[in-house]
Amino acid sequence: MNEVQHIEVNEYHDYIKSLLEEGYEMMMDLTAVDWFRKKEPRFEVVINLLSLSKNLRKTIKVQVPDENLTIPSITDIYPGANFYEREVFDMFGIVFENHPELTRILMPDDWIGHPLRKDYGSGRIPVQFKNAPSVD
Amino acid sequence: MVKNKENSEDLDFWATNSEEGGWNISSTDEGSQKMNDEESEQQIKIQTGSDVVDDYFIEEETSEDERMIVNMGPQHPSTHGVLRLQVELEGEAVRRVKPIIGYLHTGMEKTGEELTYLQGPTNTTRMDYLSPFFNELVFSLTTEKLLDIEVPARAETIRILMTELNRVSSHLVALATGGMDIGALSMMIFGFRERELVLNFFEKTTGLRMNHNYIRPGGVAADLPDNWQKDVKEILKIIPEKLKDYDEMLLDNPIWQGRLQNVGIITPEECLAYGITGPSLRASGQGWDLRKMQPYSGIEKFDFDVPVLQESDVFARWRIKVLEILESLKIVEQAMDNMPKGPYKIQDKKVTPPPRKRLDESMEALIHHFKIYTEGFKVPEGDAYVAVESPRGELGCYIVSDGSSKPFRMHVRGPSFCNLQALPIVMADSPIADAVAAIASLDPVIGDVDR
Amino acid sequence: MYSPDNIFTTTIDKAVRWSRTQSMWPVTFGLACCAIEMMAAGSAKYDLARYGMEVFRASPRQADLMIVAGRVSQKMAPVLRQVYDQMAEPKWVIAMGACSSTGGMFNNYALVQGVDHIVPVDIYVPGCPPGPQSLMHGILTLHDKIMAGEINR
Repeated sequence: MNEVQHIEVNEYHDYIKSLLEEGYEMMMDLTAVDWFRKKEPRFEVVINLLSLSKNLRKTIKVQVPDENLTIPSITDIYPGANFYEREVFDMFGIVFENHPELTRILMPDDWIGHPLRKDYGSGRIPVQFKNAPSVD
Repeated sequence: MVKNKENSEDLDFWATNSEEGGWNISSTDEGSQKMNDEESEQQIKIQTGSDVVDDYFIEEETSEDERMIVNMGPQHPSTHGVLRLQVELEGEAVRRVKPIIGYLHTGMEKTGEELTYLQGPTNTTRMDYLSPFFNELVFSLTTEKLLDIEVPARAETIRILMTELNRVSSHLVALATGGMDIGALSMMIFGFRERELVLNFFEKTTGLRMNHNYIRPGGVAADLPDNWQKDVKEILKIIPEKLKDYDEMLLDNPIWQGRLQNVGIITPEECLAYGITGPSLRASGQGWDLRKMQPYSGIEKFDFDVPVLQESDVFARWRIKVLEILESLKIVEQAMDNMPKGPYKIQDKKVTPPPRKRLDESMEALIHHFKIYTEGFKVPEGDAYVAVESPRGELGCYIVSDGSSKPFRMHVRGPSFCNLQALPIVMADSPIADAVAAIASLDPVIGDVDR
Repeated sequence: MYSPDNIFTTTIDKAVRWSRTQSMWPVTFGLACCAIEMMAAGSAKYDLARYGMEVFRASPRQADLMIVAGRVSQKMAPVLRQVYDQMAEPKWVIAMGACSSTGGMFNNYALVQGVDHIVPVDIYVPGCPPGPQSLMHGILTLHDKIMAGEINR
């Protein structure tokens, strides 16, 4: 029921367009995975499409090249991708070309860094308990 | 506050005459004040084929000076949490809307990478706080898919029972807050009163009113309490009666009808283009329900209907929630009557810790118990996406495992996040008074949007 | 009915404190899960109106009490402070729930680890989320605190 397809960046936009014509009407999910020090290239964008008419799902994985973190936007095919691409930009720093408004969506506008990257710490603040010896 | 003297002539009256002196409109302390590009929005409208204009509204082009940008939120745009809307008004008419989110961003996807699979539901349950069981369920189902295990029949049926009751309580809150937004204050009191019934049963079973952490990978945390049928029977008896009251009060009420009918229309094409799912999709004439189309957790064994309405306005989205509550109660009744006997957790020692009473007798059991709760269990490499039908639409969970006991990446596809994108098209070219009705009908939960 | 025979003596302190406790209007500051419990506390079963404080005001200018119900993110923190500054004196703050008290289970980059970093907090209500009863207990404790405290804070 769920088919997985790997695709190159330069074919990606046309391929998604052909899938819409094939009958995948809805884009369900768009996210990214940071394979920091585990895989090359580092970032992978994962798109999940759904066809209501055929009751099928399709997962598309795109490797984003390390030297140039850009990938075409699919907002012109699925307008619903707008928020998802902004979220991925905010959290991973992947730039979507031709996106109508590529700004931070979840974090404040002046935030530095991309939180869901593996080399971005979780920002844990050590908790000080009463009468406990200091941990450091 | 950035003082910008060079552009001070361009600033409007308020900015130059305030105590603070002039500030740059594009960057106040409330963040960016820029609306989207008008052309790109127009382009999207053409693609989705949406040029639906509410019939009572007269389209008239006026000059830019008569337009004004108003911020709704983030403190209080109706009762739906910290949503902020930038609304471009022309008199009473909304021209353009830009939803701004992130005011409740909790970093749950990052925290999820630090928690083991057994601790994971604690995290996900706090995302969509009106339907916590669905969040736990989708996380557990994804983990089970990666582990390639099947939970016992009793656990599956308990899951269905709890999630469908949760759909009832969630829709009741949606009806209640929706009523309050539009001005039917008694609806608020009624909705929360009936919700208490369901929450009492949740509290009895799981120990908490909300954020239960009850459905876990491998089954559920505890068995149902003694005499649970009595409580469920009470719910099944009382709630349909009260729903009749709601109908009497609102369904045939001319004020309610006049206020909501033909307001906030979303066409089926827009639903598909924007990925809108759940009751909003079904109120637009698409009978898509994951419980029927891609069943999970053994829900295909139950007999129920999927209500579909064609009107696609706010009234239909309100109505469909009432109908869905009735359908969910049907499932609850069947689950109650056909509750299988047997274990409520999988009997796989890799996943399930030994029972508490074994710890006093066996050293190995103690070690095993300790290991599972501190280290967690290892999950094979791979990735999985599982979706369930939450009260707001498709709730999906995407987990990437690297073979350790913690998810390498955990992503949740929140239905409200996607549904919120419809706000600009729902609200555009309608009076500002309908804006609140439109927000309420989409029923966004900001915890689910921002995560 | 006006009757010149009835006299009642008290100190001005006591009268002021009493009047403050009896109509303490909260500002709606629902953020997350706790907001739902706060709404439940105001609805039929728990009925916050018994304590003269069911009127949740949307405008901070009309409110005396801010119930910070839910997790406060870094993006929300300036807004919260602004709402607090807009409230008229005297004002009180209740931090409802684990997240607004300490950051709760989300010790990460996105959340303010306790709302007391931003505004002074009078009462912390524990729980995740605290039930309506806990919230009411917090409110009544605040009443006790006001009755015992100074009038010029």
